[in-house]
Amino acid sequence: MTNPVIECQNVWHIYGGSVTAVQDVNLKIFPGEIIGIIGQNGSGKTTLVKHFNGLLKPTKGKVLVNGRDTGPMRVQELSASVGYVFQNPNHQLFARTVEAELEFGPRNLGLPEDEVIDRREKAIEFFGLEPLRHSHPYRIGFPLRKLVGMASVYTMRPAVFILDEPTTGQDNVTTRIVYRLIHRLRDEGSTVLCVAHDMILLAEVVERMVVMRDSLLIADARPREVFSDRALMGSTHLLPPQITELTLRLKEQGKLPQVSLSVSESLDVFAPLFGGKSEGGQA
Amino acid sequence: MSGEKPILEIKDLTFTYAGAETPALKNINLQIFEGEYVALLGLNGSGKTTLQLCINAVIPHMIMGDMEGSVTVQDLDTAEYPTRELAKIVGVVFDNPEFQLSQMSVAEEIALGLENLGVAVEEMNPIIHEVLDIVGLSGLGDRSPFELSGGQQQRLSIAAALAMRPQILVMDEPTSNVDPIGKEEVFAVAAKLNRERKMTVIMAEHEVEVMAAYANRIIVMDHGEVILNGTPTEVFSQLDVLEKAGLRVPQVTEMAYRLEHERSAHWNGVYPVTTEEAFQRIAPLFGGKHD
Repeated sequence: MTNPVIECQNVWHIYGGSVTAVQDVNLKIFPGEIIGIIGQNGSGKTTLVKHFNGLLKPTKGKVLVNGRDTGPMRVQELSASVGYVFQNPNHQLFARTVEAELEFGPRNLGLPEDEVIDRREKAIEFFGLEPLRHSHPYRIGFPLRKLVGMASVYTMRPAVFILDEPTTGQDNVTTRIVYRLIHRLRDEGSTVLCVAHDMILLAEVVERMVVMRDSLLIADARPREVFSDRALMGSTHLLPPQITELTLRLKEQGKLPQVSLSVSESLDVFAPLFGGKSEGGQA
Repeated sequence: MSGEKPILEIKDLTFTYAGAETPALKNINLQIFEGEYVALLGLNGSGKTTLQLCINAVIPHMIMGDMEGSVTVQDLDTAEYPTRELAKIVGVVFDNPEFQLSQMSVAEEIALGLENLGVAVEEMNPIIHEVLDIVGLSGLGDRSPFELSGGQQQRLSIAAALAMRPQILVMDEPTSNVDPIGKEEVFAVAAKLNRERKMTVIMAEHEVEVMAAYANRIIVMDHGEVILNGTPTEVFSQLDVLEKAGLRVPQVTEMAYRLEHERSAHWNGVYPVTTEEAFQRIAPLFGGKHD
C-alpha cells in the first residue's frame, strides 16, 4: 500500500492553553484522494487543516507530511508540498498584475525562467484569465480574484492542495471551472482537500468526507454513506442536494436500494418508470 | 394582480457607470407587487447588484453614471428623493455583514439607523426589542456584533434594516459568506417576513434550489438585461435559455428534462422545481407499498 501523504496521529490543538479546537484526531490521507472536510464554523475543521501546511503545530500528537514530522519544519519548507488557497483571496494576493502574481511562486521555487513563464501561461489558459493578465488583482471582482488565488497556488504544483471554500461567492460558470480544476489536479497526481459547504461539490466531486463536530472527527466515509445518514447530516447541519434528498426519501420508503449523488446517476434509476431507456447511450 | 398598483416599477431603465463603455443595465422594465418574494438570478457581472442599487436609490444619488428611464418605489421617483428618504421604504442587506456592521453592540447597530431617521432615544428601545425578536436575536442586544456567527450577523443586518420599517427588503447574496446553519437561519427569517408581514423581498442568490422553494417569482439577468421573468416553474422550464446564460436549474428540473431528452422518457407534465414536487410525481410510480 502507498504511504499516506498526510497523517495525523492523535492530534490535539488547544488554543491559549484552554480552548480545545481539535481533539485526538487520527487520519491518513493518500496521494490522489479528493477529500471534503466539513463541519460548522467552530467545529475545528479549519484548525485541523492549518496543521497540514504547518501554519499550526499540534499541542499534542504528530502530523506527518510525506512521512516527515511537521513539528520542526517551517511553513516555507512545507509550502512546496502543501498549497493553501485561502477562502479570502485578499489574504494571499499582493502582486501588481495577474501575470506577476502567477510568476511569483515558481520563481520563488527557483525554477528556470522558461519554466516560470510556461507555468504562468498554463495557469492563465486553464483558469480563463487571458483578458485579465495585465489587470491588478484588486481591481478584479471577488469571484475572479479567487480564481487568481487558486491559479497562483497551481503554478507551484504542490502535492497537496487545500482549497478553503473554493466555490463560495462563485457563480455557476466559475464554480464549474473549480470542479474541473479539482479533477485535473487529481489527474495530475495531486491530493485535493476541500474545506467546503458546497453540497454539490461534496456529492459529485469529493470521494471521501471527513466530518468534524465540536473539535472531534465524527465521521470519515464515502459521500454516499454520509448522505444516507440523516442523523449524521442533522448533527452537522448538512443538507443533501435536491436529487440526493429525493432519492433518500425513496430509499427510506424501501423504494430504492441507495441514494443518487448526481442527476446523471438518478437518470438510470428513474428512466424505466417513465418508459425511457435505463442506460444512457447516445452522446 | 390586474388593477393592483406595483410597489416598485422600473421603466426603460438603462444605466452606465461613469467611465464604462457599455451599460450595466439595458432597458429594464419590471413591476413588482407588495408581498412578492422575487429571486434575482444571473452570473456575477450580469447586473443584479446594479439593479438593486437602483432600487434603493444609491444609484443615481451616490454612484456616478448615466441613468435613463425611471425607478418608482411606492410612487416616489428615486431620482427625486434622497437615498435617506428611500431607506424608510427599502431596506438593504449586503453579502458581507462586515461591510454593514460598525458599532460596539448589537443594540447600537440598530440604533444607528434610527438616529439617522431622527427617532427619539426613548422610542428606540421598543423598536430594537421588536426587530431583534423578529430575527431571533432577543437577548443579544449587548453583545458585540463581531462576536456573532455569520448567520447571526446577517440576521442583525436584517434587523437593522427592519428598524426603518421598510416595505421592501433588498438582499444581495445574503448567505454567500455564512455556513449552512447560518444560511437556513437567514432564508427562514426572509421567508417569515414575507409570509407573515407581507414584506416584499428581492433577493439576489445563486442557490437555485433554495430560490425554487421560497420565491414566487424568478427574474433572470444576463449582460444587463432581463431575459426571463416568471414563476419558478415557468422560468426553470426554460432550461436551454438558462444554460445559454451560464446558469443552472434545480437538480430535479434538470432530471426531468434529461429524462425526456436523453432517455426518451415520458415525463408528461410540467417539470418539478422542488424536491417535494418531484417526490409526489415519482413515488406513486413504484409498485407495491405506499406509505
